[in-house]
Amino acid sequence: MKGATVTTTITTRPAISVTGLRKSFGDKVVLDGIDLTVTEGSIFSLLGPNGAGKTTVVHILSTLITADAGEIQVAGHDLAGDPDGVRAAIGVTGQFSAVDNLLTGEENLLLMADLHHLGRAERRRRTAVLLERFDLAEVARKPASTYSGGMRRRLDLAMTLVGDPRLIFLDEPTTGLDPRGRRTVWEIIRGLAADGVTIFLTTQYLDEADQLADRIAVLDHGRIVAEGTAAELKRRIPGGHIRLQFAGPDELESAAHVLGAVARDDEALALQVPSDGNIASLRTLLDRLDGAQVEVGGLSIHTPDLDDVFFSLTGSPTTKENQP
Amino acid sequence: MSTVPYAITDSATMLRRSLRHMQRYPSLTILVAGMPVVFMLLFVYVFGGTLGTGIGGAAGGRTFYVNYVVPGILLVAVAAAAQGTAVSVAMDMTEGIIARFRTMAIARVSVLTGHVLGSMVKTAFGLVVVTGVALLIGFRPTAGPLEWLAVIGLLAAFTFALTWLTVALGLAAKTVESASNTPMFLMLLPFLSSAFVPTESMPPGLRAFAEYQPFTPITETLRGLFFGTPIGSDGIVSLAWCAGIALVSFLWARKLFSRDPIR
Repeated sequence: MKGATVTTTITTRPAISVTGLRKSFGDKVVLDGIDLTVTEGSIFSLLGPNGAGKTTVVHILSTLITADAGEIQVAGHDLAGDPDGVRAAIGVTGQFSAVDNLLTGEENLLLMADLHHLGRAERRRRTAVLLERFDLAEVARKPASTYSGGMRRRLDLAMTLVGDPRLIFLDEPTTGLDPRGRRTVWEIIRGLAADGVTIFLTTQYLDEADQLADRIAVLDHGRIVAEGTAAELKRRIPGGHIRLQFAGPDELESAAHVLGAVARDDEALALQVPSDGNIASLRTLLDRLDGAQVEVGGLSIHTPDLDDVFFSLTGSPTTKENQP
Repeated sequence: MSTVPYAITDSATMLRRSLRHMQRYPSLTILVAGMPVVFMLLFVYVFGGTLGTGIGGAAGGRTFYVNYVVPGILLVAVAAAAQGTAVSVAMDMTEGIIARFRTMAIARVSVLTGHVLGSMVKTAFGLVVVTGVALLIGFRPTAGPLEWLAVIGLLAAFTFALTWLTVALGLAAKTVESASNTPMFLMLLPFLSSAFVPTESMPPGLRAFAEYQPFTPITETLRGLFFGTPIGSDGIVSLAWCAGIALVSFLWARKLFSRDPIR
């Protein structure tokens, strides 16, 4: 047996490994055989629309609910056999705020410190550090019920970090936040990753996964329909295009003649040319129109978004807009 | 992992959380004391004159009835507080923080023991207020220090039992509304016992029920301790009821809490 494993290079052990995960609620199959591997120290993103089963995956991997079937190891512990071992290694920030609204921000953090059985001095110290780091020091003595959405999310994250977890689950951590709040959360996530913390992130925003994740798995109807880096996934998605706008029907007609078979919108006087958005192909396109002396009124580049991902990977668009 | 010391420290942490909640949201605690006091004043000053004479004869009257009804009122206070526990448990279970507790390496039962201990503190507060008002309006027990200690012990045991029962009812409830309705029967039971009138005055079927439900032996035991009336087997029966209710309810509550929160 030893001889067989020697050939493999020294790989870090996976922080999460899942094979054949299944879960149903009553008759409704929510997870239909999922396989996942998350490398230690990486940011892994589970991307999918509402109802795809993302939250259920987080609930199961974080020991909140039990799986119907599947071999699952989290942080080196068997999920079914040693849930307390898993719990001691992880931190979870769910979609809905998990703070005690009747307690102040500081009391919430001290509560976590007590439940992690920290010493008297250490609980004070860590609480103070986290309040400072998450920009909550000023409101530390106010009840959490008075916090804004962004503050509450930051407190939620701070509470998750009290126990210094090596693996963190973040279930849609930026849903419902304003753009600034979202930036702040992204910064926090990057900071954690820089410290070597493994992060399992769910999101319904492609740009979020794009910004943060080392690897992305796309979940749809309880199945993983694609997995890879952001660049790999985008290459598989043909949704990117250049939209050309024209001054009148004559220009539109001649451009359509030059470019051949492209999607045409007569009412909007526009053409859609498939493109991955790179400069060379853009230049070629404009040269061709220039050569035929067609005047282009305006131009915009559309990169693939989540709708495109789902349209191409599952054949079922998330909105009507993408219907052919 | 040694779970027993953690169960104790975690329970203490959860108790502190419950006490903070009480401090921040005092209206529930005040209700715990207020409701039985209103009952007591109603029974002593409105019905007391007639009932006292009916039970104690010509020498009875209101002065007699105060002493007769206070043990029962104390049990009403325990039942009312327990009803509040079911509501606060059901409400707490809808909070995201409970999901967080479930994903932490803590003694799970501490989430429940925190509620039980917090409710016992709340009930104790209610009982002290009720007893204080009772003494002001003419409650004159002949009990010595030892009997008072026994009264406190029995009330604590009964509170412990009913609180575990209502923690389980709160966990079993699908909504906060049903959690406040299900334990209503606890408020009815004192009326179907010897707390307000002697069971001998009831029709045969009702009387049989009254004599074999826990409120009657516990009321009689409290009367015995306060005034030296014979207790007989009521003391043992009371403790057996408390132990039985507490054990069954604890096991039920623990089972309910270890279910998947999302099914």
